Amino acid sequence: MDNLEELRSDLLQRVEAAADLDALDAVRVQALGKKGEITQRMKTLGNLAPEERKEAGQAFNLIKQAVAEAIETRKANLHAIALEARLAEEKVDVSLPPRPATIGKMHPISQTLEELVAIFGEMGFSVAEGHHIEDDFHNFTALNIPPEHPARQELDTFYMPEREDGTRSVLRTHTSPVQIRAMQNTTPPIRIIAPGRTFRADHDATHSPMFHQVEGLVIDEKTNMGHLKGVLIEFCRAFFGVKDLPLRFRPSYFPFTEPSAEVDIGCSRSGGQLKIGAGEDWLEILGSGMVHPKVLENCGIDSSKYQGFAFGIGIERLAMLKYGIPDLRTFYETDLRWMKHYGFLPMEMPSMVRGL
Amino acid sequence: MKFTLNWLKDHLDTDASLEAIVEKLSLIGLEVEGVENKADELKAFKTAKVIEAVQHPNADRLRVCQVQSDEGISQVVCGAPNARTGMVGVFAPVGSYVPGIDLTLKAGNLRGEDSNGMLVSEREMGLSDEHDGIIDLPEDTEVGVPLAEILGLDDPIIEIAITPNRGDCLGVRGVARDLAAVGMGTLKPLKLETIEGSFDSAIKWKADAAVADDVPYVAGRYFKNLKNGPSPKWLQERLLALGLRPISALVDITNYVSFDLGRPLHVFDADKVKGDLTMRYAQNDEEFLALDEETYKLSESMVVISDDNGVQGLGGVMGGLNSGCSHETTNMFLEVALFDPTSIAITGRKSGILSDARYRFERTVDSQSADWGVDVATRMVLDLCGGEVSKVTSAGSIPSEKRVIELRPNRIKDLCGVAVEKDKQIEILSILGFDVTEKDGLILATVPSWRPDVELEACLVEEILRIYGYENIPETQMEMPSYLPQGVLTLAQRRVSNTRSALCWRGLDEAVTFSFVSYAQAELFGGVPDSLRVANPISTDLDTMRPSILPTLLSAAARNTDRGFADNALFEVGPQYQDDTAKGQKQMATGLRSGNVAERHWESPSRPVDLFDAKGDALAALSAAGAPVENLQVFTSAPSYFHPGRSGVLGLGPKNVLAAFGELHPRVLEAMDIKGPVVAFEVFLENIPQPKIKKGESGKIKPALDLSPFQSVDRDFAFLVDDSVEAGKLIRAVKGADKNLITDVVLFDVYKGKGVEDGKKSLAITVTLQPRDKTLTDEEIDAVSQKVIAQAMKATGGTLRS
Repeated sequence: MDNLEELRSDLLQRVEAAADLDALDAVRVQALGKKGEITQRMKTLGNLAPEERKEAGQAFNLIKQAVAEAIETRKANLHAIALEARLAEEKVDVSLPPRPATIGKMHPISQTLEELVAIFGEMGFSVAEGHHIEDDFHNFTALNIPPEHPARQELDTFYMPEREDGTRSVLRTHTSPVQIRAMQNTTPPIRIIAPGRTFRADHDATHSPMFHQVEGLVIDEKTNMGHLKGVLIEFCRAFFGVKDLPLRFRPSYFPFTEPSAEVDIGCSRSGGQLKIGAGEDWLEILGSGMVHPKVLENCGIDSSKYQGFAFGIGIERLAMLKYGIPDLRTFYETDLRWMKHYGFLPMEMPSMVRGL
Repeated sequence: MKFTLNWLKDHLDTDASLEAIVEKLSLIGLEVEGVENKADELKAFKTAKVIEAVQHPNADRLRVCQVQSDEGISQVVCGAPNARTGMVGVFAPVGSYVPGIDLTLKAGNLRGEDSNGMLVSEREMGLSDEHDGIIDLPEDTEVGVPLAEILGLDDPIIEIAITPNRGDCLGVRGVARDLAAVGMGTLKPLKLETIEGSFDSAIKWKADAAVADDVPYVAGRYFKNLKNGPSPKWLQERLLALGLRPISALVDITNYVSFDLGRPLHVFDADKVKGDLTMRYAQNDEEFLALDEETYKLSESMVVISDDNGVQGLGGVMGGLNSGCSHETTNMFLEVALFDPTSIAITGRKSGILSDARYRFERTVDSQSADWGVDVATRMVLDLCGGEVSKVTSAGSIPSEKRVIELRPNRIKDLCGVAVEKDKQIEILSILGFDVTEKDGLILATVPSWRPDVELEACLVEEILRIYGYENIPETQMEMPSYLPQGVLTLAQRRVSNTRSALCWRGLDEAVTFSFVSYAQAELFGGVPDSLRVANPISTDLDTMRPSILPTLLSAAARNTDRGFADNALFEVGPQYQDDTAKGQKQMATGLRSGNVAERHWESPSRPVDLFDAKGDALAALSAAGAPVENLQVFTSAPSYFHPGRSGVLGLGPKNVLAAFGELHPRVLEAMDIKGPVVAFEVFLENIPQPKIKKGESGKIKPALDLSPFQSVDRDFAFLVDDSVEAGKLIRAVKGADKNLITDVVLFDVYKGKGVEDGKKSLAITVTLQPRDKTLTDEEIDAVSQKVIAQAMKATGGTLRS
């Protein structure tokens, strides 16, 4: 039996001494393989008497079991050690920057436009568009702005070359021609917003020869100025995200509306910082009014039956006020630094229910 | 339009405060643009008496003064040579801001003597350049009188914006009338006095019959033996408050009446007028030397006032230099005329003359003022200049027709949602000067002569409501046509929005650039017809409607490069213009990349942009916009501003192009002053076909997912082909080799060089075979492979590379 005890301790020692998985496997083969030491020794048991054989067999099995367990344990240990080593070796400098993957930014004008669509869409306005090179009728005459009218002079119109017949196109000075076409081509009820490029021959710190407007138009049999007030109050509060934003409607004049109103929103300017909301001051933000009966008639709509309102807002102005963009001219300069700073990620697609 | 508070009170009997008046003005449609109140700015500064001035013990040039103000006695150290015991000056106490030296005063100590405040000079107050000494007032001036009062600057100046319809408020009286209507006081009656002349006017008014529409009426009279000279101080102060320069009594009177009553006048030096004065049309190229000392070339639509010497005035716009009044004038002839607003607007536009008279006549002057204007002017001239006046001479007639408008009393409620009592409606109209009667339940309003802008019932609604107050209009919710909001964007609009998002996700920044470019830039990008050249551009850089978005994006990229940012990835979704028709405006998604793709990185090397970046961008945009990207073919017919060998178009056929892409032509880059390469794409959003949706279907349903239970098999092939063979041709041919089994063909390598003979290239592809009924046997795979090889060789003339 001494012999067996020797074998057992020798095998266990070799298992412990195996430095890696390969060495351990070699030990396993040497001990337990077909030609392994235990296997070999067990083969000799056949020569013994049955009683002795049984006893010796049990003893061998115990050794076999012990060695197998030791191998498993050692294997787990070696695995852990190998993993430790691999992890240590695989260590990298995690302060290194990742591979570059840029997402571009959406222009604030587009973002603001999407916001306008989100808000007015909820109020049942669909989006109408039109072309930029317009005729005199749709840009002026239909809107009750006759030639030589002072209101026409104030618009600083860009003209296209005069044709042989003496007519000339203009670059639309507002998106109102879209409304005129909508009224000409649709039977009320009409409920649209008309966003887009507009052009005026003026270029300084606060004027750009091209800018964007959104105009709104509602025509039906009963919409009145109270609705105009309701819509604009809802819009301004939703757009600026100020629940109690005060609005002030002031009488004004536009050739295409009667009565006409300019709309101010509340603001404060304390400390040189403009803040939209209830404050000591007012900020003019848009023009509006009830569509002039002459305009309706010019578009073939019976003004004794139909009425409605219209309004117009500068999109850049809205963006400047909401997002604190100080300079109008920067909108069109395409300065990468400006775009990265003031632009919007494309996942920020506005919606009323998700929040603006 | 500017006026002072006291001037307003000439016409308005009111106790209202400045603040109340200012607030109301804005709320009735006379928007206040500014209030200049010197009294407020100078509030801290009051008269004070120097009860003692003694030599400073430690400084030769300084005096120590004991100053008696209405607040008590202060010690002030003063360096002014005229500071002396007994004088009355103006005291600036500690804490006050002294504008001329931009300093807020603090208590101090000057060489051992306390100094609390300042005795100020005019320069220190920002009032003049006078700095010889401190303000020195008569010694009997009381202590504690505000400086503004002493200087006559205690009359606040109010500036309001006048909308083009309110010519009547270009006179202070019109403003007063509106304020009276809104309960801010009572309109004082206008003192009118008819003064009969004692003799016939030596100059008569005449008018050509032809001008009757443009000059319905003109009146005037002759003043003799008057004395012109500086106008009185009160008149000068009022004109100065408006920013007008006083000239002489006669000229100042015309300006005053113009701003006071909105009635422009003109005065001729009668001795410089030869014969009678006639209103007539100018002859083409007739010349006129105007009061502004400029000579104008006239044209035949312009009304002029002419005597035997020629043109003496451009009617309603500006008088002539030769017949103008001077300080020496002793005989004067007065003009009080009516002009047609449109005629004046045309003359004004053509001549380019801006004048207060033109401004008023363009916005319509009260027709009756041609009558009472003569009386008002006569009274003032006689009062200020003396002399004798002739009988009135006139030509034409004052229009007398009166407009009566019917107003349904419930119309305000129907149109504006606010109920106004009928009596209140009548009251407001009456104060505004309308003659109001009632008939059959209707309000009949006769429009006053000064309100020709009131034409329709809606105008009366506005008149009443602006006085009644817009704040009384209730906020009303719109009725919604449906319980849930409906989709409001058209397919084209959604495509624009999706394309924009997709290009952002591709890493491009969205730009918004002008629709105009220079003519030269337009020429570089295909040119435009003359109908797209702006007739009155703001500069030659911006005189042509762009035929492509690329020039504006390129300019931007060049600017960014100059700033040190050469890696541009920009796009714009916007218009380009083919001609001046509605259809000539094209909705584009256009973009470019310059410099390197992505920034430099330690692990993934950077590389210059190439045309495949642009092709990818174009395909991403097309895909986002819903184009059938799988069916697109590539043609090499890109526009001329692309590199001829490195560009292409994507289309459903050679004539049905959806996009162009490629490297921009080096010639274009050189002209645009930007270093290449620059790659670009242009997507014609409107050319993308509409999806076919059957009637009654949502178009949202997707075909069932058809998965094969059998594994797919990939096989790689490489073909040696001529260098000129397009890879696309190979891929198409291979795809067609067995349409049932081959589901994908991917080109994974293009090789030229060692092992490949010159003029050839190796194209390597992976072909995916997807069986549907059973697993493929080796024999079947071999059979397909043979078909692939045969098709490829047939289509490309190449060979299988072994």
